[in-house]
Amino acid sequence: MFAYLVRRVLYAFPILLGVNLITFTLFFVVNTPDDMARMHLGMKHVTPEAVAQWKAERGYDKPLLFNAEAEGLAKFSDTIFYQNSLRLFLFDFGRSDAGRDIGYDISQRMWPSLAIAIPVFLVGLLTNITFALAMAFFRASALDLWGVVLCVVLMSISPLFYIIAGQYVAGKLLHLVPISGYDTGVAAWKFLILPVIIGIISGIGSGARWYRTLFLEEMGKDYVRTARAKGLPETVVMFRHVLQNALIPILTGAVVVIPLLFMGSLIMESFFGIPGLGSYTIDAINAQDFAIVRAMVFLGSVLYIVGLVLTDLSYTLVDPRVRLE
Amino acid sequence: MDRVDFVTLALLLGLPPTLFALLAVGLDAKPVILWTDALLYLLVAAVTGFVLYARRRQDLRDTWRAVLRRPLGMAALVVLSAYGALGLVDSVHFRLPVSQGEGGEVHYAGESLSLFDLMATPLREGVEKTYSAPLAITAFVKETVERADGTRVREYPRLRYGGAHLDDPSRHRADVAARALWGAAQGALVAVAAFLLLAFLLARRHGWSWAEAAGRVLRGETTLPWWSALATLTVLLVLAGAVVQLAGGYHVFGTDKVGNDVLYQALKSVRTGLIIGTLTTLVMLPFALVLGVMAGYFRGWVDDVIQYLYTTLSSIPGVLLIAAAVLMLQVYMANHPELFETEAERADLRLFFLCVILGITSWTGLCRMLRGETLKLREMDYVTAARALGRRPGAILARHLTPNVLHIVLISVVLDFSGLVLAEAVLSYVGVGVDPSMHSWGNMINSARLEMAREPMVWWSLAAAFSFMFVLVLAANLFADAVRDAFDPRHARN
Amino acid sequence: MSAAIESATDSESPLLTVRGLTTAFPAGGGELRVVDGVDLELRRGETFALVGESGCGKSMTAFSILRLLPAGARLDGEVRLDGADLLALPEAAMRRVRGRRIAMIFQEPMTSLNPVLTVGRQIQEVLERHLGLRGRVARERILELLAEVGIPDPGKRIDEYPHQLSGGMKQRVMIAMALAGEPELLIADEPTTALDVTIQAQVLRLLQRLQRERGMALLLITHDLGVVAQMADRVAVMYAGQVVEEARREDFLRHRRHPYTRRLFQALPEARRRGQPLATIPGSVPSRFDRIPGCRFAERCDIAQPLCRERAPELLPVAGQRVRCFAVDPRFAARFPSPPALDVATEAVPGSRQQAATPLLEVSGLKVHFPIRRGLLKREVGRVYAVDGVDMAIAAGRTLALVGESGCGKTTVGKAILQLIRPTAGSVRFDDTELTTLKGEALRRRRRELQLVFQDPFSSMNPRMRVEEIVAEGLIAQKMVRDRRERRERVAELLRQVGLRPEVMDRYPHEFSGGQRQRICIARALAVSPRLIVCDEPTSALDVSVQAQILNLLAELQREMGLAYLFITHNLSVVGYLAHEVAVMYLGRVVEQGPAEAVLADPRHPYTQALVSAVPRVEEGGREVIRLEGDPPSPIAPPPGCHFAPRCPWAEARCQEAYPPVTALGEGRWVRCFLYGD
Repeated sequence: MFAYLVRRVLYAFPILLGVNLITFTLFFVVNTPDDMARMHLGMKHVTPEAVAQWKAERGYDKPLLFNAEAEGLAKFSDTIFYQNSLRLFLFDFGRSDAGRDIGYDISQRMWPSLAIAIPVFLVGLLTNITFALAMAFFRASALDLWGVVLCVVLMSISPLFYIIAGQYVAGKLLHLVPISGYDTGVAAWKFLILPVIIGIISGIGSGARWYRTLFLEEMGKDYVRTARAKGLPETVVMFRHVLQNALIPILTGAVVVIPLLFMGSLIMESFFGIPGLGSYTIDAINAQDFAIVRAMVFLGSVLYIVGLVLTDLSYTLVDPRVRLE
Repeated sequence: MDRVDFVTLALLLGLPPTLFALLAVGLDAKPVILWTDALLYLLVAAVTGFVLYARRRQDLRDTWRAVLRRPLGMAALVVLSAYGALGLVDSVHFRLPVSQGEGGEVHYAGESLSLFDLMATPLREGVEKTYSAPLAITAFVKETVERADGTRVREYPRLRYGGAHLDDPSRHRADVAARALWGAAQGALVAVAAFLLLAFLLARRHGWSWAEAAGRVLRGETTLPWWSALATLTVLLVLAGAVVQLAGGYHVFGTDKVGNDVLYQALKSVRTGLIIGTLTTLVMLPFALVLGVMAGYFRGWVDDVIQYLYTTLSSIPGVLLIAAAVLMLQVYMANHPELFETEAERADLRLFFLCVILGITSWTGLCRMLRGETLKLREMDYVTAARALGRRPGAILARHLTPNVLHIVLISVVLDFSGLVLAEAVLSYVGVGVDPSMHSWGNMINSARLEMAREPMVWWSLAAAFSFMFVLVLAANLFADAVRDAFDPRHARN
Repeated sequence: MSAAIESATDSESPLLTVRGLTTAFPAGGGELRVVDGVDLELRRGETFALVGESGCGKSMTAFSILRLLPAGARLDGEVRLDGADLLALPEAAMRRVRGRRIAMIFQEPMTSLNPVLTVGRQIQEVLERHLGLRGRVARERILELLAEVGIPDPGKRIDEYPHQLSGGMKQRVMIAMALAGEPELLIADEPTTALDVTIQAQVLRLLQRLQRERGMALLLITHDLGVVAQMADRVAVMYAGQVVEEARREDFLRHRRHPYTRRLFQALPEARRRGQPLATIPGSVPSRFDRIPGCRFAERCDIAQPLCRERAPELLPVAGQRVRCFAVDPRFAARFPSPPALDVATEAVPGSRQQAATPLLEVSGLKVHFPIRRGLLKREVGRVYAVDGVDMAIAAGRTLALVGESGCGKTTVGKAILQLIRPTAGSVRFDDTELTTLKGEALRRRRRELQLVFQDPFSSMNPRMRVEEIVAEGLIAQKMVRDRRERRERVAELLRQVGLRPEVMDRYPHEFSGGQRQRICIARALAVSPRLIVCDEPTSALDVSVQAQILNLLAELQREMGLAYLFITHNLSVVGYLAHEVAVMYLGRVVEQGPAEAVLADPRHPYTQALVSAVPRVEEGGREVIRLEGDPPSPIAPPPGCHFAPRCPWAEARCQEAYPPVTALGEGRWVRCFLYGD
């Protein structure tokens, strides 16, 4: 188990290095720092001095990979790759192109993101499982048939529609909650409730349908027949036997996204004006602040890898057949 | 291959060039083949080739018939075909001649038009001043208008095009109703014609009488649920008939802020949606298929490298990777304006690269699935038998493994399609989608969103974009369901 | 318990009466009656065997009795348990019958237990549900039950999960679970089919013991006539959804009145039928048998008369038996040829004795080890000793049978000989070429001389290829044909050779039955004109009558083409019928080898002895069965010394110290056992 964890962590390094190489190539090789400076300073009437100054302020005036002028290790460390990409390994995110401390911003903005993402995740999971279980329990009945149709319809609707319709109905028509904004502390609930509900509803279609397939697959297995042959009532068969087995893929599939909940939801936060990491990223994209985008890419990859490790660990918890070695 | 198949293939492959030739002669137009156009033709040719191939393979033919045997699958296919036809008509581009210079030299318009643009010229050119509601004859906002007697009043002015044929505004409702009914009747008439044609074809194939064939179709007694296809077609034709008639005199879905017809925008967006949904797949498929099957079959270091590749790529959150890549593309394009002849070409190239980027970010899931399946398949006895017979690895990959994972590819392609169409809207909202100058549902929603706060609300752009998108995605999802049920043995019994 | 035994003697009222049981499934617009008017009667305390080949409806009959059918099935008729009609019970009342009065065990112990619940928990469910036992009392009872079904160390096993148990142990747990409700009737659906011979012997003995002790009725569903002969009090044979013959065991074994039953027995491969073709039943079970107006067996029957195709025979009582055949009906018997003399064993034609001068294939010191890698740097921390030193030789035109239970490494030996798995050590010489050092193109060309036929007729053919493409694969790979026309001609010829019509070459594998598929696989192997074919359990997935067809075909091909076979199997009857020599494998090594007749008639190694005696046979007469206890050990950590020592009844101290050397016994026989040393 311990050896397994160590190996997974070691394996994460080449992957994160790969991620860094990709972002580095995208941000510094496809377009040179000069291009970006001109972009930021406005395309026309840019003086070479302004470009040089812009680069110097952000440390983009160094060579890309190898600094022939520096001495010793600095040949490698005094480069854009080292300063801007490798330093991310130490979770040193540096400053944004606009000069803000990215690490500080992240630590501030992750809380509103989590305030939406965690309820959506938990309540959504529960809702989906409930719906799926109901459909599987009454399989091949009208409830099941129409449930599946409803799921397909729900998943065919654009997530943007849920948000816009939700804002219109709850905010504008019924004046139940404010349309957008945020508040600190407990007072934030009235800003959060609508996005959370919308987040749950927009996930039901695909989630419930997928889980229903998992349930039905389990129900076709031999051990279910054994359980019935024991004379167990259908509810016991369903809740003790089928549910426990189907929960293995459901839970382990859900675990991988848990760390990513930190990242927040891009569109939801931006629509509802919630100052989380999602809207942070969107603002950065719109302001073309590449330092922030780079930091978020790295953070996302780290969280994804953490999610993979957690998935493996969760298998050992819920499935007695799996042991990590 | 049958001779008939050859002819069909030749006809289909020859269709775009012929169209271009006709256009060039008839309109003196200069054909323009955009990147996405070319790839779309390629895709159509590939699909046609596959259909012809599948017709000869009994196993594939049976499975596909199982897809069509489901009434919902059939209905979805009809809807998808309608969208597809619209997208294709909108993918034949050319530039019209504007003036003849000295020495017979022809100058062409800077703007390239599609065949669809030409068909929808009244919609394209009927630009109002600003917002107008669906089927309205007056503007949505009051304006100060100077009367003939010199007085100035604030009123809702008549539109320049919408309902301009009506001298008497009080006849507005009656006119709308009449046009809608007349259009619907025309549509119904075409549907009846289609029904008769179908009955004729079925009668000929099975040796029935016309009446018997017609009766069987209506009672649902044919092997394939033709009644479902016919019903869907009728609904589509009746709607289309009514819309065409209405669009001749009104803006069916109103106009947007700068007075452009919303229906026209929504229809133009069909092509964008289709391209994103299909070309992305086309881009990612070769990677996913080749790498996935290779990783599963060869294992060892090949597997390690491929696994590293896809784990790395999939560890970057998709939206962020797309955002980063698109941002860089924007910078690159902004810095190299000399590469593009026209605005449309630039927008098109951006669309193309968006597909590439989406493709790069979305192949990993499929690749992982294919690797897993190949790992299972390589232990099958028939693969062992092929090795024992002295088959080379290349032949085993091509003849034994690939054909047996294709159902996974197909299922994931049809499942991905709807996801990609929906993703386009979200990406455009985030600001990393298609070019803002390009017609797309995402752009429509994005620009209409800002008008939400307006009282009363301008809802028609959103409604048009969402409903067109919904119908396409719903049809795609239903079709995907039918395909999955037919091709995936695991789903068969559910 | 004593009450149960007393009532067992009371044969007046049967425990279970089935009358006109019909089970139908919707199929293609209509219905398919998979069980069609079955009548049965089970008395208390008796073992009733329901026999038949796959698809005859025997398992469906069992599921119908318990009403455990998939949705959409239609049930008709009467199933009376002690007089109460089960089919009329509401579902809730039926649930009180399931697991309490009638319990069932299934064919696949691997998948029939819930993988995420402990063994104890799964047994406890029955105790809770039907007997209201909970907590300490329940746990005590579970431990008792586990001990009763012979699970060693129940205190530890009770908290284990199914995956921690071997197949035989799982089936014991299934039995314990079934016993927990103290049922009056136990239905066992092919309880030992998925198990090895020695484990099968254990489980059958257990069932027999429990049934006697508890006076429980046992409905045993099986395809194995040997199991029937050993276990049953009464037997019913099913064919195409109907019972065609019913009798007491003694009468059944002696008389075999229905032509189908007769043929089934004649199709059994046995040592005494060596050298003669086995009787086969032509064709296969018709797919829509419930629509046949006459006798359902008529089209495959060797004595069928026009009458048989016109009218359906009834189940007629004949001298204490019941038979569904016009030939036993006094009104019609005259129309039939007098029944052929009872299958009297004809003199066995001794297999050709002469040894070919030079062996075609010589294997020596063959080892295949799979490393187990673990830890940070994927160090090798252990090995699976799948094959650990195997020597053998096969001459042209001869058959060497490689016998052993699952996991002993016999399949790996086959693949290592063909170089499909590269051996870790040892040499494989084929026709004086060392195969282990051949590589690339040279090996690829050499492959045509050694071919392979598999066990599973469903995974051995690419479902996306037509028969022509499948059979021609070797022709293409070895560039043995020039063009399409030549290829089709050659494929047609090959198909004829294996007894198929050439027209089938444009069809796909899924359109064929198991036996036909196996023929196609043989044609594929023959295409490249091999000299040696490794047959890896080629008939174990097939029904007896189809197995006979394939065995006949293999024998015929050997005679005609002088093929050598390495016949990998666990079925000793097939060995006795077919093989010239036999090698018995246990845990990666051959423990005994020699001429097949001699080894089977007089096995020397204790393992071979146990194996031979464990096979359930049709012949009457008590044999002493040497029962092995426990499961074969894992090839990851083979026991020190003789691998068999821990299960061996004769084991001595030295057996645990060193692996016994080869002791030659003369006539080409040898054995690795200290009993025969010195």
